[in-house]
Amino acid sequence: MDPISLIGMASIITAGLTIGIGAIGPALGEGRAVAQALSSIAQQPDEQNTITRTLFVGLAMIESTAIYCFVVSMILLFANPFWNHVIEQAGG
Amino acid sequence: MDIRDISPDAVVYWQWGPFSLNATIVFTWAVMALLVIGSWLITRRVTSDVKISRWQNLLEMIVSFMRKEIREASQQDPGIYLTFIGSLFLFIGTCNLLTIVPWYEAPTASLSTTAALAICVFIAVPVYGIRQRGFFGYLKLYFQPSIFMFPFNIMGELSRTLALAVRLFGNIMSGSKIVSILLLIVPFLFPVVMQALGLLTGMIQAYIFGILAIVYIASATRAHQQQQTNVQQTK
Repeated sequence: MDPISLIGMASIITAGLTIGIGAIGPALGEGRAVAQALSSIAQQPDEQNTITRTLFVGLAMIESTAIYCFVVSMILLFANPFWNHVIEQAGG
Repeated sequence: MDIRDISPDAVVYWQWGPFSLNATIVFTWAVMALLVIGSWLITRRVTSDVKISRWQNLLEMIVSFMRKEIREASQQDPGIYLTFIGSLFLFIGTCNLLTIVPWYEAPTASLSTTAALAICVFIAVPVYGIRQRGFFGYLKLYFQPSIFMFPFNIMGELSRTLALAVRLFGNIMSGSKIVSILLLIVPFLFPVVMQALGLLTGMIQAYIFGILAIVYIASATRAHQQQQTNVQQTK
């Protein structure tokens, strides 16, 4: 198998695996955080503002792990350095 | 923006020798001009009258909101932090909100912009820390709780700067990327919904960036006061 198709195949499969596996953890974490925040709001409706603000900050922190996976898969798909290198070698 | 361009850096409008004018630079300057000229026009006619103009009302609302959030997050007087944190929040917020304008590319979808903003925070933390606690007082923070934690404190400082940059970049970039992918599959309506969601995400990201910056700064300036109150309590 020539290096172009090998690198293309590896990049695409890895990109799918990266975002697929990387979304599991943050999804579970965000679900737990939202469930906990909802039950706290139900218990103490007066503190809704503080709870919501902290929830959003926490959600963004949790979400960033999924975003890292997304960035890596985007780099693999659209700005892959190995792919560009091989294409340059083949073209030039 | 083409789907293959991972950031607005790749969209070059004008090239002259080694200098190239890409979409990031153009729209960064556009947003800065909008903010500066807009606030200059509004604050030219500021009154303390009972009846104020609606624009002044808007600015007062934004500034008092930022002051309240900074005070709650840092437990300190927001005065000296307002200029820095407020500028960050307003710049990122305006960048992200303007995505509803056609042909506009958010500068925050480029890693160069977000890295620059994160480096600003990275520099601001020691500046505020030294200003509040003195040079050696600030350096002592790196050896808390024991001297063996020094490398971990340094690594934490660097990695949180990286996280700050990549978080904002990833969120905004993913928003525009998802819209452009959806345009290929379902051209009508659904991309609009995702764009509306992008407005919410963009505003939340601006808020998060500001809150995290003030939390980092507060952790460098506040620990001293906490220690003093602890000592007073044990006495």
